[in-house]
Amino acid sequence: MSKGKVWKYGDDVNTDVIFPGKYTYSVLDPEEMTKHALEDLDPEFACEVKPGDIVMAGKNFGCGSSREQAATCLKYAGVQAVVAKSFARIFFRNAINQGLPVVQCSEAVDNVEGGEKIAIDFSRGVVKTSKGVFDFAPLPESILRILDAGGLIPYTKTKMRKEKKQGNDHA
Amino acid sequence: MGQTFSEKVLGAKAGKTVKAGEIVTVSPDYILSHDNSAAIIQEFRKLAIEKVKCVEKIVIVLDHVVPASSEKYAQNHKNIREFVKEQGIPHFFDIHHGICHQVFSENGFALPGKLILGADSHTTSYGAFGAFSAGIGRSEAASVWATDEIWLKVPETIRIEMSGKLPAMVFTKDIILYIIGKEGADRANYKAVEFAGPAAQDFSLPSRLVMANMAAEMGAKNGYFVPDEKALTWLEERAQSEFEVVASDSDANYETVLDYDVSAIEPQVACPHTVDNVRPVTAVQGTPFHQAIIGTCTNGRIEDLKVAAQILRGKKVHPDVRVLVIPASRKEYLQALQQGDLEALVDAGCLVLNPGCGPCLGAHQGVLAPGEVAISTANRNFRGRMGSRDSAIYLASPATVAASALEGKVADPRKYA
Repeated sequence: MSKGKVWKYGDDVNTDVIFPGKYTYSVLDPEEMTKHALEDLDPEFACEVKPGDIVMAGKNFGCGSSREQAATCLKYAGVQAVVAKSFARIFFRNAINQGLPVVQCSEAVDNVEGGEKIAIDFSRGVVKTSKGVFDFAPLPESILRILDAGGLIPYTKTKMRKEKKQGNDHA
Repeated sequence: MGQTFSEKVLGAKAGKTVKAGEIVTVSPDYILSHDNSAAIIQEFRKLAIEKVKCVEKIVIVLDHVVPASSEKYAQNHKNIREFVKEQGIPHFFDIHHGICHQVFSENGFALPGKLILGADSHTTSYGAFGAFSAGIGRSEAASVWATDEIWLKVPETIRIEMSGKLPAMVFTKDIILYIIGKEGADRANYKAVEFAGPAAQDFSLPSRLVMANMAAEMGAKNGYFVPDEKALTWLEERAQSEFEVVASDSDANYETVLDYDVSAIEPQVACPHTVDNVRPVTAVQGTPFHQAIIGTCTNGRIEDLKVAAQILRGKKVHPDVRVLVIPASRKEYLQALQQGDLEALVDAGCLVLNPGCGPCLGAHQGVLAPGEVAISTANRNFRGRMGSRDSAIYLASPATVAASALEGKVADPRKYA
């Protein structure tokens, strides 16, 4: 459980400010995507974010477009996890599918200052801030398997290989 | 206890009785993607398999940046065309067809009771025809191409019961903006929205598309109408496959039932920078702007172009503003052309662009400079979406946008009824 610096934002942080639409079909390289992370919300973020940092926000984080780069750019920028009061549905799926942990914990968001260093213990389901220790419900087992595999593509690749092998074994 | 529409559709797909909250693994009927197919192909290649699993379920429409505005976009389109040939994908619509949601609908893929997934957040649109349709991401689209399956949570359902008659110059765009303004941008997060009630029966199919399209702006997973005779007649000559109408049971378990009297609703405007920042047009009239946009997947169909033409016919758009008109598809374009609506709009000083997403997502064709303001019939007004971070977008109906274009400032369309 390593500590990460908090970048704190408000409610309804949408996919256009996380990763502007003008780049969605021209920037396909994940490393290049990181340069535009949160560009229209906080221009300093992309320059100063360090591996292990944590993004914290209010309700409905990631609302708007289905663009997966909103999750990809944060993941490749080294963000350890996003903690929010709630997540928009497609962003939530995209984050898991990119191997970016998402934590729903309103109390932690209400009890944290931007810039402080906090820790998240995924196995115990707690967020530790300077103001206390806050519980969150761990993700279902089936979803954790996708996160552990590093995202949906590596997960599906391994799964398909196993199924093919089983098929061959039975043949 | 009866079942909701979503419980029935996903239950039938999962082969068991399911309830809201359950996670099911299902196989979709169709999977849509657009210019982002280039990125999906990239992900698909990582899976190290040669062929997609169900080629006939894949629908690809090039619409986001058409024709290509740069070498990078051109390369993406080229990669997609090559992949389509290589895999033998039968349902491919190249750049001249129009916006994916309109093209998908008018070609009869959006059908009652079907499970449709799309790598686009406004995939909710097909609920206008009684389909269960939801947006997904790129990795998921690639994974569905490969495995023909996906996990989905069965959503709870909010029923929106609409009564009353729409006043003159008030449209379903105004109703959905009004509802989003009242309920909030995340009210329906993870949930299904059922648009129902006597008023819903009066809405034309394109008007239902507006509401299902914008259900995404309440956070909805899917939004739908139960298809009536009007819908079934329209689908008769278009349906790509057999279908069965699915509707919620009368004793279905809804999360909430919300009542709205549409006869009491005025023209509405969503103000910068969120779709739920909604005010009646009377509260924002007089606001200056630089660019008006009539079109997009939300409001670029013949009935939208017609009402704009009706307001602008024989007049000139205000000299201080520029007006872009973007028909939703080639078919809608042709109809508006044949019926003289485009002639009236061009004569009034509008610039007609080719069918496609245009500047809606800020990629090309009329992006905004710092300090500029647009009023648009699109579905989203997030900061920076149409260009500069320091620009702003107002959202309204085609009538409100056309009236505003005429006056050069945000205007109430009711005086042009």
